[in-house]
Amino acid sequence: MTMGAVDVELVREVEQLIYREARLADEHDYAGWEALWTDDAVYWVPASDTTDPTTQMSIIHDNRSRIRIRIRQLETGKRHAQAPPSRLCRTVTNVELLGDRDGDVVAGANVLVVESRERGLTLWAGRCEYRLRRGDEGWRMAGKTVRLVDADRALHTLAFLI
Amino acid sequence: MTAIAWDELILPDRVHGSLYTDPAVFEAEMERIWYRTWVYVGHVSEVPRANDFVMKSIGPQPVIMTRDREGTVRLLLNRCSHRANQVCAVERGSARTFRCPYHGWTFSNDGSLLGYPFNSGYQGLEARGELGLAQVPRMETIHGFVFGSFAEEGETLLEHLGAAAEAFDRLARLSPEGEVELTAGWLKHRVRANWKMLLENETDGYHPQFVHSSIFSVAQSGIGDLYSDASIALSRDLGKGHTEADLRPEFRRRGVPLGWFGTTEERLPDYSARMRAVHGEAADSILVDGSPHVMVFPNLFIAEIQLFVIQPFAVDDTVQHVTAVQLKGAPDMNRRLLQQTIGSVGPAGLLLADDSDMYERNQRGARVRRPEWLVLRRGLHRERVEENGQRSGHVTDEVPIRGIWRHYRSLMENGA
Ligand code: FES
Ligand SMILES: [Fe+2]
Repeated sequence: MTMGAVDVELVREVEQLIYREARLADEHDYAGWEALWTDDAVYWVPASDTTDPTTQMSIIHDNRSRIRIRIRQLETGKRHAQAPPSRLCRTVTNVELLGDRDGDVVAGANVLVVESRERGLTLWAGRCEYRLRRGDEGWRMAGKTVRLVDADRALHTLAFLI
Repeated sequence: MTAIAWDELILPDRVHGSLYTDPAVFEAEMERIWYRTWVYVGHVSEVPRANDFVMKSIGPQPVIMTRDREGTVRLLLNRCSHRANQVCAVERGSARTFRCPYHGWTFSNDGSLLGYPFNSGYQGLEARGELGLAQVPRMETIHGFVFGSFAEEGETLLEHLGAAAEAFDRLARLSPEGEVELTAGWLKHRVRANWKMLLENETDGYHPQFVHSSIFSVAQSGIGDLYSDASIALSRDLGKGHTEADLRPEFRRRGVPLGWFGTTEERLPDYSARMRAVHGEAADSILVDGSPHVMVFPNLFIAEIQLFVIQPFAVDDTVQHVTAVQLKGAPDMNRRLLQQTIGSVGPAGLLLADDSDMYERNQRGARVRRPEWLVLRRGLHRERVEENGQRSGHVTDEVPIRGIWRHYRSLMENGA
């Protein structure tokens, strides 16, 4: 892919997937959100500028089986940090195709989430990078990394799907 | 400050809600606990080389932990001796000097003032000797864990730790080289709650079956059973405010080396082989007993595979720092320790997010006018005094919380 030769159709498809993922997360549609992931998925929210989640702490570093556990925990209805669930409204912008990696499409976007809980309103802003794959059943997510602008500061509880 | 009647607020079986909500109580705690007793600051492995530094704290006070050019670890306060600017603005790094951005005074990483620009304005450099960065008056270490105290004199660190000192031995011996390393960096989790809500929760064995039932029901970990009514694990008041959930009776009953970590020796062959080579016959009991679950008053929680550091900012504002324990000479073990820690703790942790929600609900509850008290009576009728004088009870009993308050009251009454 080169500048000036953007595959508009691909951009559209990628955007639709990114927006759907955002809506499913906002609506706490846990089963729908989980179904977006591939079997080799990695869901990563670093705690700093680190590039190595195998030696440095992360806020979230889930492989597919931990994504499953995270979702099943939410589905119990007794995940207290999400019972009641946060009210969420997120805006995803600046969607951009960044290239490809081993056949997957890599896309970037910025996200701003407004979270309402009894504590008050919390703003979560970050840079997202998605690794997306087209399969028999349409587009899926093989990876999502969210670099929060305040990742290295003290953060409130972040128990919803970012 | 009007005198606070500690003896009326802290009773053997209950404490008054205002202890968590009254800003005057918080101010008194700063003076009588945080700026007097020994407080955990950092670990020497966070500044491995000469000239390394990392930002740490004692309560709300920012502390720069440096390793100076001679290799000595120092605790410097982040305040320029000229007109109070902050000399260090980054979390960590390597620097031989700290140069204040305001007027360019330059300090060595041992705290001494090297010089100031335009020094004719000071009749030369003779004042340099008096104007270094302030240092935390006392510093001592145990197994590389660095503690600081703002009191110019007082008991030694070992006197302060008392029976809790042994927890550091138990932790360090889990490394084949006998050393803990804190190299994974820290998560910082902010809660709108009083710091004592966290302090009490760390060794509270009553809550896990309720607060963590969601994760226990979907992930097979065996943790839940440790805190069941049928558990033979113990809660313990180690004295001096230090407390423990002693899980060893359960681990010994199960008798599986590394069972405490939810795994087996077959799955960690390199680590197990090294531990057996180093410890010989003793390896079995070391690997069965596992890591301590000990809260070192007032701010360091040795939570088996993690370390938590409690940092109070205001009566209802606390940051909990957390990192994975890393053991020197155990790379396969360390990878698992880190990934399990990431899953469990911090703002999105499968365990700690729920604890944190409890802290904040507790805080909101404590502001409700009635009943005015928090009841700490659980297991009072079956509390035992062991031969060494320590009190213990069933793991779900509130023995540790009563111990914390007994010590707290002695510190606060002794405050004048
Ligand atoms: S305040 Fe630091 S040089 Fe003036
Ligand atoms: Fe807990």
